[in-house]
Amino acid sequence: MFGIINRLFGRGTSGSKNIAKERLRLVLVHDRVNVSPQFIEMLKEDIVRSISCYMEIDEKSMEVNLASTNSSVALIANIPIRRMKRGTMIHADD
Amino acid sequence: MSEVIVITSGKGGVGKTTTVANLGTGLALAGKKVALVDADIGLRNLDVVMGLENRIVYDLIDVTEGNCRLKQALIRDKRYENLFLLPAAQTRDKDAVSPAQMQQLCKDMRQDFDFILIDCPAGIEQGFKNAIAGADRAIIVTTPEVSAVRDADRIIGLLEAAEMSNPKLVVNRIRPKMVKKGDMMDIDDMIDILAIDLLGVIPEDEHIVVSTNRGEPAVCNDQSKASQAYRNIVRRILGENVPLMSLEIEESLLDRLKKVFGL
Repeated sequence: MFGIINRLFGRGTSGSKNIAKERLRLVLVHDRVNVSPQFIEMLKEDIVRSISCYMEIDEKSMEVNLASTNSSVALIANIPIRRMKRGTMIHADD
Repeated sequence: MSEVIVITSGKGGVGKTTTVANLGTGLALAGKKVALVDADIGLRNLDVVMGLENRIVYDLIDVTEGNCRLKQALIRDKRYENLFLLPAAQTRDKDAVSPAQMQQLCKDMRQDFDFILIDCPAGIEQGFKNAIAGADRAIIVTTPEVSAVRDADRIIGLLEAAEMSNPKLVVNRIRPKMVKKGDMMDIDDMIDILAIDLLGVIPEDEHIVVSTNRGEPAVCNDQSKASQAYRNIVRRILGENVPLMSLEIEESLLDRLKKVFGL
């Protein structure tokens, strides 16, 4: 019954702009990443730089990728650790 | 001091040519000396929108290839003082002209004009590269659709890569009723996503169809909302601070009734 009333007053389909916005947001995440192949390299270098302050990592076998499903995009990093730096343990206890 | 502005969009059919025609005419009406350059080689349209299709003798390629002088190819619009059109070649290909030639052409035109507006072809290939080559800045036209905004985003990235910074956005064909209903992306949504400055908003307007049929830019028609919006953009280009015009729609009796009944 309410459905009919809503349709009579033209309110049945409201809010398709949010669908458009969400689709646009996702499509742009993919587009913007695909635009520059150097992007992942730059990101990788930055990650290595900051992680190296805390632990020694195996840069050669580290993997950084963007994985996407239909509804989301995730940054997946696989970073093998060779050794923890001693200083970081003390900080962790503080 | 003259300025070369390229009007681009990525996607076709969003209103680049209409925008060039109206902004150019508006700037000429404001007393500036203006040249419109159709960079869409092979698919020229600006001449038709301007109503100057019967007066073409030479075109852009004739100028770059040295078949004629620039002054011979420029068509003076008799209706508006100070307005000129350099038409595209219709029977040639996009690669009949190079970015370097376009740079030289823009440089030569600067001596004679206050504003040079370049109508960029759709796409991101050679035609786009030619159109932006000689420009100082860019105006990006989009419509409130996923496909058009997506292409605009790509264009912004390419302009950045070409070191043309700070492009301005024109949102075309907004339908206030649909925005109000939540069935069309609003201006803030698009600014938020594209993260560039807004230059203006043009509402969907039947006057544009009529004026395009006639070959007379709508900007000289006082009544239409779209022409008012174009005139505002012209003033902003000239450095004035003009607030966005209200696109509020008057409430119909039915709308008010709905409110009363809380629907």
